Amino acid sequence: MEKILDLKYTYTEKKDTRSGFGDGLLEAGRNNPNVVGLCADLIGSLKMGAFQKEFPERFFQTGIAEANMIGLAAGMTIGGKIPFTGTFANFSTGRVYDQIRQSIAYSEKNVKICASHAGLTLGEDGATHQILEDVGMMKMLPNMTVIVPCDYNQTKAATLALVDHHGPAYLRFGRPNWPIFTPSDQKFEIGKAIKMIEGKDVSIFATGHLVWEAVVAEAMLREEGISAEVINIHTIKPLDEAAILESVGKTGCAVSAEEHQVNGGLGDSIAQVLVRNMPSPLEYIGVNDSFGESGTPTQLLEKYGLNAENIVKAAKKAISRK
Amino acid sequence: MTIQELAFKSLDYRKKILKYIKLANAGHTGGSLSCIDILNILYNEILNVLPHNFSDKNRDRYIQSKGHSVEALYVVLADRGFYPESLLETLCQYQSHFIGHPTKKIPGIEQNTGALGHGLALSVGIAIAGKMDRASYRVFTLLGDGELAEGSNWEALMAASHYELDNLVIILDYNKLQITGPNKEVMKLEPLSPKFEAFGCSVREINGHDLASIKQTLQDVPFEKGKPSLIIAHTIKGKGVSYMENAIKWHHGVPNDAQYQQAMEELEDRIINLQTIVPQ
Ligand SMILES: [Mg+2]
Repeated sequence: MEKILDLKYTYTEKKDTRSGFGDGLLEAGRNNPNVVGLCADLIGSLKMGAFQKEFPERFFQTGIAEANMIGLAAGMTIGGKIPFTGTFANFSTGRVYDQIRQSIAYSEKNVKICASHAGLTLGEDGATHQILEDVGMMKMLPNMTVIVPCDYNQTKAATLALVDHHGPAYLRFGRPNWPIFTPSDQKFEIGKAIKMIEGKDVSIFATGHLVWEAVVAEAMLREEGISAEVINIHTIKPLDEAAILESVGKTGCAVSAEEHQVNGGLGDSIAQVLVRNMPSPLEYIGVNDSFGESGTPTQLLEKYGLNAENIVKAAKKAISRK
Repeated sequence: MTIQELAFKSLDYRKKILKYIKLANAGHTGGSLSCIDILNILYNEILNVLPHNFSDKNRDRYIQSKGHSVEALYVVLADRGFYPESLLETLCQYQSHFIGHPTKKIPGIEQNTGALGHGLALSVGIAIAGKMDRASYRVFTLLGDGELAEGSNWEALMAASHYELDNLVIILDYNKLQITGPNKEVMKLEPLSPKFEAFGCSVREINGHDLASIKQTLQDVPFEKGKPSLIIAHTIKGKGVSYMENAIKWHHGVPNDAQYQQAMEELEDRIINLQTIVPQ
């Protein structure tokens, strides 16, 4: 029987991060009459039904026409409205990249692009729907803020924070039920990384679902006498460079962990910061230039090396390279 | 303004378009000349937009989806007093704000456009916002014919019809040419009017160089309650300069000195001819 780990964070409930978005959007709608929802025929999947029900006059179905939804949202910012668009992450980014680039990023429109079913944890639908490049595409766009929260509570808090943030933003979340391990009353500060666990031997910078895997990895490393620092990088752009440098300045090496391609993801952003300021060993946990496939989230995270066990191996490797 | 006064404007605008394209040594000549009569009527007769009210919530919105014909828009906005015309001497030059496609950094321009197929969806969004706010403004969008091959236009038309946007006016600058050649060879558009009707628009066809007809038609919007108005304006690419008319190579092109002189003389002759007509 597996030994029970002494985790620094625990959970009593699992929930999907997309529900954090849906519940956050409903609350945002109650707080602010300018919040508008648009959805390309995925109201149930995006958990936008409650908002639609309560604010039918502020909700717009666009049909399966994502490019049009992005254009409409850009136009609807007139008069101070704050459009939140909802569809799967691949249709929120790759399919509509030029619309986002021209009409939102370049035009500095206050549109929130909200993207569910990101990454491998979409599971059974397979490679067509498991986008692993979206963060890269979005972070390359000037003016774009990129947020990847780690659990239900943080996704809800991030959704609410976006209402008060003026400018284009990409909010990425997912489908599977996932541990809720951050506090429900947290304040979400865009661009401010959260130190989850203090440590001294290695810095683990994780984002999205993999923050939980990093928390588990920290306990596993601790059992072997290794002290890991876990930092939740919920905002990939603008990146909290000070937090990264402060941590690596102390530990001397790092691991990045994300449910995304290594090419163009969080790890790449961290590497830039380290190379420019403090060249240090960095190991990447992410998908290595591959598309996904069908399977359960657990099976896929294991196959592609995106779980706690692999973070532990990467941490040891980073330490050995110091 | 009288139609004769507007006709003077159109000729003057054409001269200025050529002048600044010549100075810039760059520009989309043929398309600017095909849409200039439409812009003339819009800005001088239809839109409630002037420099002093450009921040007014209820100003009409003009979105130029065929952004490459920006020289026409820059010239008209200068004439309406949004900025001194002399600034157009910097057109398309390094560090000039007057770049090769519309940018909202220029006073009088609502939105960044130019990548084709984006303007209509943006306009539909503005029109929806207008309906939500019960605002009195209308949204006017100028489309090129070549860009109708972009499927995004048809997505946007579906939404315009679905949301019953009778505050939206779509004008097609139908000069039947695009960069590579005639529309019908590049990608067939016809039958166009029935297509727009099938997508839920209320359609009218006009001669896009007949100033009285453009004015009358734009004054008639919305053509039907609960439907977007769509005007197919039949135009001539390069209109007003004999050797540029219907010539594919003048999609973009800068006249050499002799060509420039000929163009200016042709336009001058028409101005003189107009002056000899006694207004009724
Ligand atoms: Mg054309």
